[in-house]
Amino acid sequence: MTAIALPALPPTRGYWSAVGRRLLQDKVTVACGIVLLAIILAAIFAPYLGLADPYRGSIIRRLRPIGTPGYLLGTDEQGRDMLARLVYGGRLSLFIGLLPVFNAFVIGTLLGVTAGFVGGRLNAAIMRTIDVFYAFPSVLLAIAISGALGAGVLNSVVSLTIVFVPPIARVAESVTTQVRNLDFVDAARASGAGPITIIRVHILNNVLGPIFVYATSLISVSMILAAGLSFLGLGTKPPEPEWGLMLNTLRTAIYVQPWIAALPGTMIFIVSICFNLMSDGLRSAMDVRR
Amino acid sequence: MSGAEALRQGQEAGGPAQPLLQVRALKKHFPIRGGMLGRTVATVNAVDGVAFEVAKGETLGIVGESGCGKSTTARLLIRLIEPDSGEVRFAGQSVGSEIPVAELRHGVQMVFQDSFASLNPRLTIEDSIAFGPRVRGVAEAEAVHKAHDLLRRVGLDPAQFARRYPHELSGGQRQRVNIARALALAPRLLILDEPVSALDKSVEAQVLNLLVDLKQSLGLTYIFVSHDLNVVQYISDRVMVMYLGRVAEIGPVEAIYRDARHPYTRALLSAMPSMDPDRRTQEAPIAGDPPNPINPPSGCLFHTRCPYAEAVCQSTAPALAPVKDRHSAACHMEIAGSGHSKARPAA
Repeated sequence: MTAIALPALPPTRGYWSAVGRRLLQDKVTVACGIVLLAIILAAIFAPYLGLADPYRGSIIRRLRPIGTPGYLLGTDEQGRDMLARLVYGGRLSLFIGLLPVFNAFVIGTLLGVTAGFVGGRLNAAIMRTIDVFYAFPSVLLAIAISGALGAGVLNSVVSLTIVFVPPIARVAESVTTQVRNLDFVDAARASGAGPITIIRVHILNNVLGPIFVYATSLISVSMILAAGLSFLGLGTKPPEPEWGLMLNTLRTAIYVQPWIAALPGTMIFIVSICFNLMSDGLRSAMDVRR
Repeated sequence: MSGAEALRQGQEAGGPAQPLLQVRALKKHFPIRGGMLGRTVATVNAVDGVAFEVAKGETLGIVGESGCGKSTTARLLIRLIEPDSGEVRFAGQSVGSEIPVAELRHGVQMVFQDSFASLNPRLTIEDSIAFGPRVRGVAEAEAVHKAHDLLRRVGLDPAQFARRYPHELSGGQRQRVNIARALALAPRLLILDEPVSALDKSVEAQVLNLLVDLKQSLGLTYIFVSHDLNVVQYISDRVMVMYLGRVAEIGPVEAIYRDARHPYTRALLSAMPSMDPDRRTQEAPIAGDPPNPINPPSGCLFHTRCPYAEAVCQSTAPALAPVKDRHSAACHMEIAGSGHSKARPAA
């Protein structure tokens, strides 16, 4: 920051390039980013990694321990290769972890910014409706909606989206209300700008950051809830590999092969803690004012 | 020719004698809602029948304690808040009927007190200044060019400052940027809402001098809202004193500062330390807090704190009465035959 005071230096570049530079200087964020990228890329390119068939089981090779030759991470209760199932399982787990949060980010921001900017009766209508969803604990709400819609991946995406819209909308509304009352919004109105221009130029670039940070912190919750739905049989159906479902089916083997049974949980833990640490890093990187 | 077109071409009724701004019976009452159904349980008379005029090229200072309605008046003038009633005429045209609000905002701009909150932290200085012209359809290159011109005008080197963000500037520099932003639409009237209140004394002087220079070189008219009596005395041609949403006294700056007629004005001025021991006001300092604006006192709003209050002050609200040339005060002592013991008998 001190360097900026010197006139000889080139002018500061855009806000997002400054954020990017700060993110790259943050070792924890970079490490988490690399881990997540590796897991995501492995899930996407799973068929080309030369892994075993994640569906082919073998009764005689059930529950082999970690490190068995040919089965790096052992086998599950039906003799299927754990490594292959964990990598393939990332496809569904990440999908139902990320997509609901993304959907909720779009819908919640739309609702929250509208409510916060327009204020008055529209604000009351939107926010009180959203409050209704707060009456239920999020896990219960997800289970209830999934139960009503029936099992299936898309239904769990829908139910998790509904679970995450209220908190995101609420954050969006409170940030927007704060920004809307700042003098620069009045100055923009005094310049003759219409509401759409004001939202686009002056509101969104001040509220998207905090909402985005909040949303990334929900990814881990979403993954755990999605795993929970699969665990209860409301999400993915067997034999589809998915971390939550794997956790459920391996639960009976916990006394025989506790390490194997812990593997899907470890994956969920690694991915969600990486997303959480990254969202922390993002938050401090976006606070350029420091 | 419509009113708006006439304005743009500078052909308005009355020529130089036509006041740039005429305000009549301006009112804004804020309802206070309460209870289960959000019914209006009380109202705050933030601005209660304010009337004044601003001539072309003059500076009108508006002073008063916190909560007296001076900032609300400023925001009403540029229609950031809709008035409940009253008329604002800009260059002879009634705002809302003869010229649209958008046209008013072409001619009137505002500088806010909080230099940081009035700049978007995510926009560079040049983008903030160029925003107004861009909204009005000026091409980007031209708007940026204009922003650089304005930065030079307010004493900031564009090569050094144009691409910076507000947090990289000092308070005085930010307020210069805010002035440049307000000037970007080439207004004729600038409303300055406590523009130097948040600045250090040395920076305050620089910004005030800049404002005086800009006024001369660009032929501007100012409405200068402040609670700092020294600053208002320095910059104003005329001064309007407000108390609880009403005009207490209005007049030329010398008349107000040397020969104030309203006891409230005198009390305010006595709170201002004088450099000259012989010129010390003998008025008793004002006692107590201003009354609650939710339940304002009857009659003259000042009677609860006025040393000269009599029965008539409690029952009737005094109208703004002329004292001398262009100098008026809303006090029963100045109204002939009002019933106050110090008033002249009715003619």
